Amino acid sequence: MSHETLITIWFLLEAVLWIGFFFLEGFDFGVAMLYPVIGRDPRERRVMINAIGPTWDANEVWLIAAGGAMFAAFPGWYSALFAGLYLPLLLVLLGLIVRAISFEYRALMPDDNWRDSFDWCSTIGSLIVSLVFGVGFANMWIGMPMAGDPAYVTSSFWSLFSPFGLLGGILAVALFMVHGAVFLSLKTSGEVREKANRVVKALGPVALLLLVAFIVIGNIAYPASDNPFLGDGATMAMWITGVVCVVALGFAVVMHNRQDPWRREGLAFLGTGAAIIALFASHFIKMYGTLGFAPAPGTEFNAGVAASSQATLSLMSMAALVIMPIVLACTAWSYTVFRRRLSVRNMPPEPSEAAEVLAKS
Amino acid sequence: MDAQVLARWQFGITTVYHFFFVPVTLGTAWIVAILETRWRRTGDIQWLRMTKFFAKLFLINFAAGVATGIVQEFQFGMNWSEYSRFVGDVFGVPLALEALIAFFFESTFIGLWIFGWDKLGPRTHNLMMYFVALGSTLSAAFILAANCFMQNPVGATYNNGRAELIDFGELFTNPFFLVTFPHQIGAGLMAGGSLLVGIAGWKLAQAAKESTDHPDADVLRRTARMGAWTLLAATLVVFGSGHAQAQVEAEFQPMKLAASEGLIETTNAAGFSIVGIFTQQRNAEGITEVHEVFSWEVPYVLSFLAFNDPNAEVKGIADLTNEYLTSGYQNVNGETTRLQKEFVSELDTLGVDPVPNVMMSYYSFRLMIGLGSLAALGGLAMLWVTRKGGAPKANKVWRIGLGVLPFLPVLGNSFGWILTEMGRQPWVVYGVLPTWMAVSPNVSAGEVLASMAAFGLVYGIIAVIVLKLFFVHAAKDLPEVTEPTLDKHPDAPISFAY
Repeated sequence: MSHETLITIWFLLEAVLWIGFFFLEGFDFGVAMLYPVIGRDPRERRVMINAIGPTWDANEVWLIAAGGAMFAAFPGWYSALFAGLYLPLLLVLLGLIVRAISFEYRALMPDDNWRDSFDWCSTIGSLIVSLVFGVGFANMWIGMPMAGDPAYVTSSFWSLFSPFGLLGGILAVALFMVHGAVFLSLKTSGEVREKANRVVKALGPVALLLLVAFIVIGNIAYPASDNPFLGDGATMAMWITGVVCVVALGFAVVMHNRQDPWRREGLAFLGTGAAIIALFASHFIKMYGTLGFAPAPGTEFNAGVAASSQATLSLMSMAALVIMPIVLACTAWSYTVFRRRLSVRNMPPEPSEAAEVLAKS
Repeated sequence: MDAQVLARWQFGITTVYHFFFVPVTLGTAWIVAILETRWRRTGDIQWLRMTKFFAKLFLINFAAGVATGIVQEFQFGMNWSEYSRFVGDVFGVPLALEALIAFFFESTFIGLWIFGWDKLGPRTHNLMMYFVALGSTLSAAFILAANCFMQNPVGATYNNGRAELIDFGELFTNPFFLVTFPHQIGAGLMAGGSLLVGIAGWKLAQAAKESTDHPDADVLRRTARMGAWTLLAATLVVFGSGHAQAQVEAEFQPMKLAASEGLIETTNAAGFSIVGIFTQQRNAEGITEVHEVFSWEVPYVLSFLAFNDPNAEVKGIADLTNEYLTSGYQNVNGETTRLQKEFVSELDTLGVDPVPNVMMSYYSFRLMIGLGSLAALGGLAMLWVTRKGGAPKANKVWRIGLGVLPFLPVLGNSFGWILTEMGRQPWVVYGVLPTWMAVSPNVSAGEVLASMAAFGLVYGIIAVIVLKLFFVHAAKDLPEVTEPTLDKHPDAPISFAY
């Protein structure tokens, strides 16, 4: 295959890995952000955490894989992006570290304060990471200014939080919360499920409104025609993916909010998932060729400059062809094993309760 | 301090910290899998209790390893973007494969193992932990292939202003990789073995102190012996591969070897220095000169270690410095890799000072060997005292020794890596890219300092939490367990919950 074809394939694979990450970890972030809403009762919060317990770590690996694959396939992109968004990525790292620790350690001491502190850490960690990724990707939609040789991002940390950047951040938070709530209503029963249903009812329309605003402003203020690598069809493609994600989220909200015998939680989950996929597909269409940067005149930076050699991309393609089906099969199997709905009745005694029982006996 | 110095400190701190957890994961994953197999094979519930006991310690460690490992993947791009741009075509490949293969394996199967006691049959459940162990071993293989490329850049050419991959297979036939991989896996198993010896032995010694028979004395003794055998077998692998590693170093990185020995002048029948003090300063040309204050040596040993010949010539720092200044980097046979040869003209004007920090290399080498040997002695002592049904004694030496034992190989691992990485300075890619050229040009010292403060704070808190959890759970009795059963009533409590 020609170098150009391979570069396009790897740009698509990058998009797949990032979108896979947002689809999967999106509901994990949402669930953790909803602890203070749905999980005020510790027993119900425990149901929420254990609904994502067996799979959150594998979901997070999609991010590591997206980063690693970017390093191998687009070293220039990896360097410019990671050094360019230094402070935002620091926030992401801190959020992810705190969050990972919190899941694993919350139930290891017979102390309710210990547990509650860790749960707050995972809520805040998930909120920060969702917000920063939303802001970051909105800025890539706009195109981050860069200059120099080798080219580096020239905008400051605070300039990332433009109105459109902030809108992207808030949208990511709201969308992941709705995605997470729909996941919970699909994966739990009893009180947690009912509370999750109420969250979707209240938050779904808000997320939909934010999504409409983002798509309309994004496509009008920062249209596909800004991007010299995109042809005439791109404007249409971006509007189509934009409309698809709005429709998908609307469909999810409608399916979810119907009265109980007609409520379709599975379809609703597919809807929020499709909305996330289409939203970030829109981002990646906009980033085609430029990789989300706007180099100053005279600065040369694009997918071709940033990509690895033909030999490396060929090798990586063959590896991905073998590995990805296995990864997907293992992931699917894991979700099948843990398919059963959870409720408070399924929770073993809290460590503090178990310690009390032990002390009495 | 400038951004480069801070970025190096940050890499050192975050990586050493992450690496406290890595060897324990590497070794203990296999051990937990084997403990579970012993339960399945014997049907003796005591082994299931032991499995669950060590699994809890394993998971405390694993979580900290996962959390701090994310930083590693991001840090190359954040602090070392010029490095990433220069080597991504080569170095990025094993890193990407590590994430795509090893991390997916580890994370998917650890979830299935932790939560799957009542969902999977015993055989399948046990297999999950073997997959986790395999995943972490594969992860080690990929990351070591990447690191060994930095030590000896094979399989690459200089093209388009960067290193480009020409032969991926060479990353895994790199002489550095072939000796470092067994060295690291062995070191991981030493950490796992020491964990068993230390904790099982400490429980027995504690019972002896209170003059009671520990209710689980039998299984604790057998576990301690299993750990001791693992520790000793792994020590043999580590010593053997370490010896081979010294010879690879003597061939490809004679400067690192000389620095780790404080050997200034080229010497025949060179001795191995036991204790020494060396000073170094830059001369007017910006080149480091090293002076020996004193050094106590055992004759012939270094020549033997480096070349299997007690009379062999070992090159000293002074000669290697002159050699570098006149003819550039080359290995002991006067050869270079393709990338080194093609890049050499770029180095002409850079004025690289080829001498690493001697005291750091010298003492990290000795601490590595000392801590590893001490751990092995602990294993031997355990085998001796538990022969014919004996147990560790109640005295302080045993109790403190066993309490400290699990930490010895971990610290030994750290010092080994400090030697490996600091001994190869000033290079980030040996004989090609100097470290100061690798740093992110647009990241300010203030930004690095801010991130260092943030990591310092978070890592400090995590250290306190991890140590607390480790001691609390290590001091607990073996858990009471019931045989796991499949597919219970939908309302039944799940077998494990966060």
